[in-house]
Amino acid sequence: MVEFALPKNSKITGGKTWPKPAGATETREFRVYRWNPDDGKNPSVDTYYVDTNDCGPMVLDGLIWIKNHIDPSLTFRRSCREGVCGSCAMNIDGQNTLACTRSMHDVKDGAVKINPLPHQPVVKDLVPDLTNFYAQYASVEPWLKTTSPTPQKEWKQSHEDREKLDGLYECILCACCSTSCPSYWWNSERYLGPAALLQANRWVSDSRDEATGERLDNLEDPFRLYRCHTIMNCAKACPKGLNPAEAIAELKLKMVERQI
Amino acid sequence: MQVYRWTLTMALSIIHRATGIALYFGTLLLVWWLVAAASGPAAYAHVQAFAGSIIGRLIVFGYTWALMHHMLSGIRHFVWDLGYGFKANEREALTWGALIGGIALTVLIWIVAYANGGGR
Repeated sequence: MVEFALPKNSKITGGKTWPKPAGATETREFRVYRWNPDDGKNPSVDTYYVDTNDCGPMVLDGLIWIKNHIDPSLTFRRSCREGVCGSCAMNIDGQNTLACTRSMHDVKDGAVKINPLPHQPVVKDLVPDLTNFYAQYASVEPWLKTTSPTPQKEWKQSHEDREKLDGLYECILCACCSTSCPSYWWNSERYLGPAALLQANRWVSDSRDEATGERLDNLEDPFRLYRCHTIMNCAKACPKGLNPAEAIAELKLKMVERQI
Repeated sequence: MQVYRWTLTMALSIIHRATGIALYFGTLLLVWWLVAAASGPAAYAHVQAFAGSIIGRLIVFGYTWALMHHMLSGIRHFVWDLGYGFKANEREALTWGALIGGIALTVLIWIVAYANGGGR
């Protein structure tokens, strides 16, 4: 359902301002969403000051610096620190992106504001619960499905057919796109969202896959596919520069083409 | 939702829907005008007086914009549905085009209408 405001127990109240690091000459202000499931309090936004002379340039570097030097209780996911794994997806300066590839110097005007991915249940601080997101990915059955007998060697694909997967296979499932989509915010139980649909198109477009018909049948539903209203936030948010909106438009076209 | 920075395409998406709803009510006014015109001079004069008032003119002006904007924005959606215009610069250009074009057409229509003595 449409939610413009947060429920009462999720309203952001107050927050702690941590002292500036002693002896630091240059600092950057970070305002970070905090919520602890164990203390029974509402979420808050804590203010930290990061010593930029002692810290790498990326937002993730800043978060790690805070965790190491100021507040070890700050919780967030991270792994590869180079935009490959998609773990550190979060809302930075009002846009979903990866903390590891967004430079804190690219965030203009004042504090670096960091929130968890919007409209997902929060596990703790900046860690969202993406169970529903992954279940939707599983629902598009993201594997090669064939009926013809397995060849002696590999399933072959021409260079041209392989090129059709460019712009689709690179997705790292960070959930930046899906959680940037207003349509997904309101209908995340029934609308599959940009990420899962881009993956659906990746398998529909695969020349080796022989289940195209069933895949499209599965999307023939007023909500699963057609809740996309070309709002385009997904394409703007994708940290890998992919275009889920275009992938969804291609799916819609394939829906029409098969009926002609 | 409150943390998300507004994007142009996001704003125009919701405006497209809002103008669609506005057109629904605007068309009811149009029906009122037509029914009045059909039912006699007295009723028609009544509607004309309302439409000629400041508030009436504002409503009709808003209706013109809603119609023009919704039309251009609809063309934008049509282009997207055909699978074109998805690159970053293309989608921004299309969206700005719909916004500016809608306002420009509305102003143009009203200038032409007044120039032809529609204002009186």
